[in-house]
Amino acid sequence: MKHIGKKTKRVDGLALVRGEPVFADDIRLKDLTYLKILRSPHAHAKILKIDSSEAMKLEGVIAVYTHEDFRRHYYTTAGQGYPEPSPRDTLLLDSKVRFVGDRVAIIVGETLEAAEEALGKIHVEYEILPALLDPEVALDNEVQLHGHDGLPGVTDVKRNIAAHLGAELGNVAQAAEESKYVFEREYSTPYAQQSHIEPHISLTWLDEHNRLVIRTATQVPFHVRRIVSEVVDYPIAKIRVIKPRIGGGFGSKQEILNEEVCAAVTLKTGRPARLEYTRAEELHAGRSRHPQKIKLKIGVNEDYTFRFIDLDILENAGAYGSHSLTVMSVTANKALALYKAPNIKVSGTAVYTNLFVAGAYRGYGAPQGFFPLESMVDEIAHDLGLDPIDLRHKNYVKEGDDVPIAKVLGEGKEGYPLVIYTSGMKECLEEGSKLIEWEELQKTSSEGIERRGVGVSICGQGSGIPGIDMGAAFIKMNEDGSFNLLAGATDLGTGSDTMLAQIAAEELEVPLDKMIVYSSDTDITPFDTGAYASSTTYISGGAVKKAAADLKQQILEMGKILLEVEEADIAEAYVTASDGRKISYGEICTKAFYTDSQRQLMAHASHMSYDSPPPFNATFADVVVDTETGIFKIKKIVSVTDAGQIINPQMAEGQVEGAIAQSLGFTHSEFMIADEKGAPINTDFFSYHIYTAIDMPEIVTRFVHTHEETGPFGAKAIAEIPINGPAPAIANAIFNACGVRIRNLPITPEKVFLELQKQKEVSLVNDKAGALSKDVDHAHS
Amino acid sequence: MRTDFILNGKSVQAEHKPGETALEILRRIEVYSVKRGCDYGECGSCTILLDGKAVNACLILGHQLADKKIETVESFGSTFSLHPLQEKFLDEGAVQCGYCTPGMILSAEALLRNEPNPSDKQIRDALAGNLCRCTGYVKPVKAVHS
Repeated sequence: MKHIGKKTKRVDGLALVRGEPVFADDIRLKDLTYLKILRSPHAHAKILKIDSSEAMKLEGVIAVYTHEDFRRHYYTTAGQGYPEPSPRDTLLLDSKVRFVGDRVAIIVGETLEAAEEALGKIHVEYEILPALLDPEVALDNEVQLHGHDGLPGVTDVKRNIAAHLGAELGNVAQAAEESKYVFEREYSTPYAQQSHIEPHISLTWLDEHNRLVIRTATQVPFHVRRIVSEVVDYPIAKIRVIKPRIGGGFGSKQEILNEEVCAAVTLKTGRPARLEYTRAEELHAGRSRHPQKIKLKIGVNEDYTFRFIDLDILENAGAYGSHSLTVMSVTANKALALYKAPNIKVSGTAVYTNLFVAGAYRGYGAPQGFFPLESMVDEIAHDLGLDPIDLRHKNYVKEGDDVPIAKVLGEGKEGYPLVIYTSGMKECLEEGSKLIEWEELQKTSSEGIERRGVGVSICGQGSGIPGIDMGAAFIKMNEDGSFNLLAGATDLGTGSDTMLAQIAAEELEVPLDKMIVYSSDTDITPFDTGAYASSTTYISGGAVKKAAADLKQQILEMGKILLEVEEADIAEAYVTASDGRKISYGEICTKAFYTDSQRQLMAHASHMSYDSPPPFNATFADVVVDTETGIFKIKKIVSVTDAGQIINPQMAEGQVEGAIAQSLGFTHSEFMIADEKGAPINTDFFSYHIYTAIDMPEIVTRFVHTHEETGPFGAKAIAEIPINGPAPAIANAIFNACGVRIRNLPITPEKVFLELQKQKEVSLVNDKAGALSKDVDHAHS
Repeated sequence: MRTDFILNGKSVQAEHKPGETALEILRRIEVYSVKRGCDYGECGSCTILLDGKAVNACLILGHQLADKKIETVESFGSTFSLHPLQEKFLDEGAVQCGYCTPGMILSAEALLRNEPNPSDKQIRDALAGNLCRCTGYVKPVKAVHS
């Protein structure tokens, strides 16, 4: 293959390295107004009165909008397909606030300064309500967050349950009786934030035809159009969403967080509106990873195969239920798809609390599930005296295996059957253990102050949401043999424009610079559900490949007409007759435009799939623990992935490397915390520490090759899977180093230190006991 | 108030309010490579070269630009040719979303002008003020090395 499996310069790279004005905010609009959101200082309160008269007296303040200015229409900010599986529990502005940071009022200013100044001049009277800051307390509490019956999609407002999940295959209770060993532990994962460097930014204006234009940093332009249309009650026909280059999203920009606010203001004032989140807003009023508490039980047979897995999830939804059901369902779906166990059970409850709102974040529930699962498999191996890799080899799903949980748990409804067509898991583990020097490190002594340890974890993910995700592409030909590829797929910094160009160029057998990619604009490009759920390569790439194949056939037919032959070959941008006469793509298109059998050669295609083949990954960590302080240093992470045929190895490596950096933060340095009143504590990058260049350990990234027949050129997904492995691999490595098991993320030095202290106390007691028994022995002798 | 400075080799007279930051001023005069990511000196997206030194434009007040030489990536390379660092960032796949890229290139340039053959540690120190959420810094560090 000419393009697939090869590194190439990004098609958008030139503009990016030159700092060209290609991002949402790099534009100057006449009469632009600047928006700020007045946010709640209270975790839970009723708004009794909003007095904005003082703010309105400020120079440059155009308007202050409150809940009284908009109709009460419930929607979800989740930015999902229709109908959304998330509860519709959100209003543009409400008379009640449910977390510190909830919207109270929208300020419209002639300048940003005027709008900012007005923030302090709006007087709000609140009736403060009891704040529920722990899902265990919030569940069945007499205080209700959403005291409104009949909210669509909310499982039980009276019990503060946003969503519920339950499934059982086989008989877990009976399997527990029959298992030789049963392990039961509890684990938890905290709030974490996506922390894309470009904040949320949207601009809206009415064009010369009074159509509402939304230029926004989004992963889901088509969902933005649909949801904004609904929220502001303006027809889809009169809305255009433009996605420029995006400065990262990682799930966070799947949310509709500012588009609807800008749109509502523009429709009220008739003027362009701009709303950009500050970093502090991102870190408390944006979106985050759902915290989960997981009770996990695994039953093991005499031959060390798993007899059952029982997963009990308590999820903190935060104040609104965005993605609360489906994240939990992915936790279960991915964790329970990794190992073969004839009996599996999951129950999950997502509870409203007066805390940060969670949402989609790379991995989407899978990191919350693999941390417990892969920690526990390590604990089982240790307790039974087995090599953790051997125990995994015995139990993970293999090619040809059926994965029954996929059928039971879909995207908020029943799913589709899943059979593993391809798996490189064995090779991932073998290659990774060589690269981390597993055998050697296993033997390192656990003596001394600094102790080195090694840990492993394995995981899977999906390739798009089966039966739901759909992408479309349109390709038209130009008279120099170049092509415009218009894709609904949204490149948010992932490199998908480049990857799609490679797929199209491969299929059409042309150089990559003949592909001119444009994505995505609801007026111009065809539909795509959006850049989430690891869907772009597999789903949108599938659409591009189909469209390119169709167009290639059309070019061949046109070539035959022009060469006046019945049969011809098409290869390397020429159509060639059997007598050797040939005609180039350029000539074919030129003739089709101007002289012969005139037409625009063009093709479009849509693609969806009931399959969602899992990529597989093995991650290894090499750590050193200082047993006097609990401070640990991550020396090296090895990540080996089977993502099928890699379309662009350099970009795929980049996906893995970036995911590892995020996961390292999730493991020990990134966690959103609130005080006893629910107010956020760490709302800047000094206190919410994401990895910098000097924090990074050595990263080794490898791919093992498989060929997934259902994917474009054999590809599976790569975007999310590498974020799942580091946290459990590091927890396991710390245990291997010093015998300390941390089951609650983040793994802070303090937690390690306290566990080490306990260990010392225990060993002191044992030593004393040992000394005593020796004395007794001596006495006897 | 008005502040005169040299921006990418050209004299600029910028009208601004007292207390406005260099980030605000530069973006207002459409130097869009200077990005806002945090506004308090932590993310490095607004990195500029101020008399050859990499600084965060959000922490520099307008009047502090007076008579200084400011460089941004707009002055790197030309329409038809790229600066070597821009080439390397592209070649090594060091650009993903590209939002932090102009700042990283400037921090790297400031380092390389003083230290043409930097060590891995020197590169990481130089880039430590440029937060990137996409790359894990593996390829940016490699790009500066090469």
